[in-house]
Amino acid sequence: MLDLIVISTLNGVLFGMLLFLLSSGLTVIFSMMGVLNFAHASFYMLGAFFGFQLTKWIGFWPALVLAPLLVGAIGMAVERYGLRNTHRHGHVAELLLTFGLAFAIEEIVSMIWGRSPVDYRVPALLDFPAFTVFSTNYPAYKIFMLAVSIVIFVVLLIVLRRTRVGLIVQAALTHPHMVGHLGHNVGRVFMAVFGVGSALAGLAGVIAGPALVTQSDMAASLGPILFVVIVFGGLGSLPGAFIASLVIGLVQTFAVAINGSLASAFGPLDPAAGPSVLGDIWNVSVAQVAPIIPYLLLVVVLIVRPVGLMGTRES
Amino acid sequence: MTAATSSTPSVSAKPAGEHLRFYAVWLIGVIVLIVLPLLFPSGGSLTTFSLIGIAIVFALSYNILLGQTGLLSFGHAVQYGLGGFAACHMMNAVVSHSLPIPLPFIPLFGGLGGLAFAIIIGWVMTKRAGTVFAMISLGIGELVASSSLILRSVFGGEAGITTDRTALPRMFGWTFGPQLQVYYLIAFWLVISAIAMYALTRTPLGRISNAVRDNPERVQFIGYDPHVVRYLAFCFAGFFAGIAGGLAAISFEIANSAYLGAIQSGLVLFATFIGGTAYFFGPILGAALVTYLQLGLTNVTSVWQLYFGIIFIGIVMFAPGGIAGILMMHRPLARAGTLWSVLPSYLVAIVPTAALVCGVILTIETIARYPGGESNPINLFGIAFNPTSPATWITAAVLLSGGFVVARLTWQRIAQAWDRAASAAREREDQA
Repeated sequence: MLDLIVISTLNGVLFGMLLFLLSSGLTVIFSMMGVLNFAHASFYMLGAFFGFQLTKWIGFWPALVLAPLLVGAIGMAVERYGLRNTHRHGHVAELLLTFGLAFAIEEIVSMIWGRSPVDYRVPALLDFPAFTVFSTNYPAYKIFMLAVSIVIFVVLLIVLRRTRVGLIVQAALTHPHMVGHLGHNVGRVFMAVFGVGSALAGLAGVIAGPALVTQSDMAASLGPILFVVIVFGGLGSLPGAFIASLVIGLVQTFAVAINGSLASAFGPLDPAAGPSVLGDIWNVSVAQVAPIIPYLLLVVVLIVRPVGLMGTRES
Repeated sequence: MTAATSSTPSVSAKPAGEHLRFYAVWLIGVIVLIVLPLLFPSGGSLTTFSLIGIAIVFALSYNILLGQTGLLSFGHAVQYGLGGFAACHMMNAVVSHSLPIPLPFIPLFGGLGGLAFAIIIGWVMTKRAGTVFAMISLGIGELVASSSLILRSVFGGEAGITTDRTALPRMFGWTFGPQLQVYYLIAFWLVISAIAMYALTRTPLGRISNAVRDNPERVQFIGYDPHVVRYLAFCFAGFFAGIAGGLAAISFEIANSAYLGAIQSGLVLFATFIGGTAYFFGPILGAALVTYLQLGLTNVTSVWQLYFGIIFIGIVMFAPGGIAGILMMHRPLARAGTLWSVLPSYLVAIVPTAALVCGVILTIETIARYPGGESNPINLFGIAFNPTSPATWITAAVLLSGGFVVARLTWQRIAQAWDRAASAAREREDQA
């Protein structure tokens, strides 16, 4: 039992940090431009596939640097040639553009790499158990993932809080027009932020690819969870996104590990003999419900506190 | 959304000719629906028409949200799917309890299924409009789609729920076994739903929905609650989506979790937006086109969904009004008689644009069929291209780049000609 708790906590924090790598970019882009980037999870998927392909050609470590840069460049191009022109048609058109893009990227990826999972492996250098908890080996690669996410998190924090660039970005979050009047090129700031956000998503993809499954539906399965994270944390709030990422990561991981159901908890108090809705709910195990827990959380949060955990903005 | 309002001016200031023309359009529509199977009696085309009919009802219901009220939903298939399940359960109940309900009334129960869900969940969902609503609808859609696999007793798990439409009590001696009879049932419901949804746009509720879409704050100033208006619109949309789901359940005699999924929600969004959200007939065009393409392209290419995505992105970027928007742009020019001055620039643009499109198609197909090698040639307008030969790659590259450069020039010419024609049209109106 104790080893399950330790391992699940580690995995949960890891998944939460990955979610934060994605949701931080998403939420900064959203608060700056008002665009909810549907294609963000697609950039994550592109990162994973680029990582896989480049690992095949030039090895994992160069890929770790190159793939996010490539994805960032694609993100910049999307902002420059797509979103900037669509901006005058309003936010809904921008949202639809990224939605169409997500759809197209998924199709392109499955066209090039097929629909089945690709063989994206952990690099040999990190392919050993880091430590053993109660006879369960914990892989070193996961520790590396954790380290990378934490380093990125700290760097982001320092850049946003302590540098001039971060100051401009923070100002552009709340008062883009004022930043423009002060002589900054807001368009370029947006493009850079979009690029950095996409690159972060790409980086998350590169490091998550070997640990999770790399296949063409990974964006579609992660995308909605990302939106849950940023609504749950509060739109446009980075600390909120951080807390929400960790909460959802932990909840998801623990839910998958628990194999109990209401029936097993209350044993013979079975209310339903035949198949019925109650019977279904009674007998379903927590692990089976795991995929819908984030959405249930979302509904509850929206009923109780529509602005999210730490959100201040109404829209 | 574009600030275009619905195409008809206020009800009071209409000459009798306008009235006649309005009823004539609807009458022609009904006649076309009746005559179509006589012109194309084959089984395949009947199935196509049936699917298009269902898609039109679904897309029109979606446009109550997107076009009328400005609510962008990514989970509209939930109401559609629940309508389908409600219809299936109702049909099975009718058979097992021998209730006196013939098949043509079943879609109504589908509608009630969609409506019930909208009433329950809608109040929470429509608290906020815009991006937040979009995300919540996505979350709810995922929630219901995932739950449908867990609640096996209601949704039948992976396999879904099957039913038999011919086992219900008969009406006019029709068994509804043949596709032709099912087509007429769908056509009947399509006409009823379309009239009802059009009427809805003319009611005070429809009007205030437009106001909520354009400026919710001012709606509050005149004493309405935008939240209530959005909620009512959501319920109506849910009801008609449920009818579409019920029709689909009758047509396929099955309801499964694919009805509820994100793909279905995405397709209805594509159809509605490609058709155009600002006009009532936009979604009708869009649904017909998307369904037809979907059925036609699947036989030709393995990556038909990618073409959808590209068409959709193109529409969003260059013509946010959709096909209906493009068509209606020409109305003032046609009225003023300056349309002729624009046509030459269109004709000039056709060739390079077609070259560009061919280049895109050739590129995509080459990538898609490259692993297959020579065994899988690309057949473009009767010319066979081998996806592994450099000649094909060069052709694709030339068409793509050359087509793009030249087409851009011709598009600029269209814009100039268009501006000239539009200003000429305005001058004539001022003189008149």
